[in-house]
Amino acid sequence: MLLEIDDVSLLYGRIQALHGISLQVDEGEIVALIGANGAGKSTTMRAISGIRPVAGGRILFNGEDITKLRADLRVRRGLCQAPEGRGIFPGMTVLENLDMGAYTRRDRAGIAQDLDRVLNLFPRLAERRKQPGGTLSGGEQQMLAVGRALMSRPKLLLLDEPSMGLAPMLIQQIFTIITEINEQGTTVLLVEQNAQQALARAHRAYVLETGRIVKSGTGEELLHDPSVKDAYLGVA
Amino acid sequence: MTTVLEKVRAGREAAGERWRGAPRWVRWVLLAAVIAFFYALPNKEFYQWLGPIPTTGSNFGQVLFMMSIYVLLAVGLNIVVGFAGLLDLGYFGFFAVGAYTVAVLTSPSSDLKTVWPWLTVLPIGVALALVSGVLLGLPTLRLRGDYLAIVTLGFAEMIRLTATSAGFLRGQRGFNQIPHPPGEHADGTPIFGVLDARPYYWLVLTLIILVVLGVRNLTRSRVGRAWISIREDEDAAQLMGVPTFKFKLWAFASGAAIGGLAGVLFAGKQNFVNNQSFELLNSIIILAAVILGGSGNILGAIVGGGLAYYLIERFRGVELFGIELYEYRFMFFGLCLIVMMIYRPQGLIANRRRAAEFKDRRKEVIVGG
Ligand SMILES: Nc1ncnc2c1ncn2[C@@H]1O[C@H](COP(=O)(O)OP(=O)(O)OP(=O)(O)O)[C@@H](O)[C@H]1O
Ligand SMILES: [Mg+2]
Repeated sequence: MLLEIDDVSLLYGRIQALHGISLQVDEGEIVALIGANGAGKSTTMRAISGIRPVAGGRILFNGEDITKLRADLRVRRGLCQAPEGRGIFPGMTVLENLDMGAYTRRDRAGIAQDLDRVLNLFPRLAERRKQPGGTLSGGEQQMLAVGRALMSRPKLLLLDEPSMGLAPMLIQQIFTIITEINEQGTTVLLVEQNAQQALARAHRAYVLETGRIVKSGTGEELLHDPSVKDAYLGVA
Repeated sequence: MTTVLEKVRAGREAAGERWRGAPRWVRWVLLAAVIAFFYALPNKEFYQWLGPIPTTGSNFGQVLFMMSIYVLLAVGLNIVVGFAGLLDLGYFGFFAVGAYTVAVLTSPSSDLKTVWPWLTVLPIGVALALVSGVLLGLPTLRLRGDYLAIVTLGFAEMIRLTATSAGFLRGQRGFNQIPHPPGEHADGTPIFGVLDARPYYWLVLTLIILVVLGVRNLTRSRVGRAWISIREDEDAAQLMGVPTFKFKLWAFASGAAIGGLAGVLFAGKQNFVNNQSFELLNSIIILAAVILGGSGNILGAIVGGGLAYYLIERFRGVELFGIELYEYRFMFFGLCLIVMMIYRPQGLIANRRRAAEFKDRRKEVIVGG
């Protein structure tokens, strides 16, 4: 098992956002986390990437307990998140942003190789390599955020709503790319509002409701689950 | 107004392009000329040809010395505010730590009676400022934004109040006979003294060059990339594996050390230190200087720091319609700032530099092999 979350709770001040959630991600999988607005999906991601301390429970990565490990050290262990709302560096060019993705690495050859790979995955970024990140379109920023996370060559890639605010065609494209990344050997944990797409692409999925996991199963199973259909797939 | 501004902007960008496009040796020659100009500036034989530039109401050498101190402070604060994006409202506190360290350890009026030479105390003053930066940063840099501004503000006020009320810091009576740096002319007279500010100015100028070289190297390394990423988006920086706390502390501490260095130099030059030299206003002026020059830009900090002190001092002894303009100096300074913020919020030296700098760096990497 690559990632194992065991009974994790998280507090924002007095507000409890996670009530003891447990989930697992195996090597090579795409795992989706779906849920309504405010269910705690981003919070779960923050707990995993370590930018928010947890109040209880354990997080194991690659067999190592990382519950108390600093966020930047988790990146060095091979865990990288593309944050919700993109979080790219606005004043840095596309190339500089991608370069920041490789901040923890020193293997120049490997970095150059990954840069090629990212620019191949996202030809749009290649065209705009000298443009400041802040002036990219929303969709391009989203691609940059994903590409930048890939530059750390993560074992586990955390994606928080990569399709947010994208046109339908781009959504298709970004999901295709996620599958491609996965097939190239990166494990993916994916948070999505776009449950239809996410479940169709994911090997397994969890449903989060007000800070609790209420359902889990293969993507296929959840896609055909009546309650999931009702609540998240918007089919009548 | 806008068209004029646009022309100026276009002109400057063209100048920037030409500067970056020029061969290396041309840049070196120009840079050497500029540096030579500033070394020559305090000599009357030189500045008498410069028309209205030298100040009328005060000794021009002394004004230049204070300008150089402000430049040093602005360069230091620019690391904190400009590169790491930390709002430090009490930067002058570190200046005070440097100055008081010298005062307490060298002045015969001090209770300690150590009366050490200035040069011995120089590293101690810088180190103490650095340590106080670390001590102040450790608890506060984990917090974000406004907290830091308030805590640093409190720190500077605390230093000032301590200087006023703590007996051994001698309040307004202050410390006198603070020794000068060592060195003698051929005829045996000391180089550094009260009467002639020029040697001090040259000393600070030289230190500025060294500090700027150091800072420039830092900002072009992984450290600089980390600082800029923290400034632009701290969460994202952390998610990319940047140890944000460590680098914020580093920025804060190196800024503090430079502030302390300025204080040590100031104490030596003035020969006297008391609580009057550390008003809160100074912290604000330095911050304004950094923003005026162009936050996040070393050249901007240099220009801003020098200009801020010069603008304020230039009014001394100038009368218009029987009104002593010096009385209104801060009003003019404030007006300048407001106009700047409306027409040029990014500061005098544009921040478009970073993209170009990057290009430049790439080129240098290739040229330099
Ligand atoms: N910094 C914070 N301080 C206080 N409460 C917060 C904070 N961040 C999130 N919350 C609360 O925690 C809960 C979970 O938020 P979270 O951002 O994880 O939701 P989400 O599932 O990602 O929603 P969305 O789909 O809208 O992104 C929400 O009720 C939210 O209001
Ligand atoms: Mg969210």
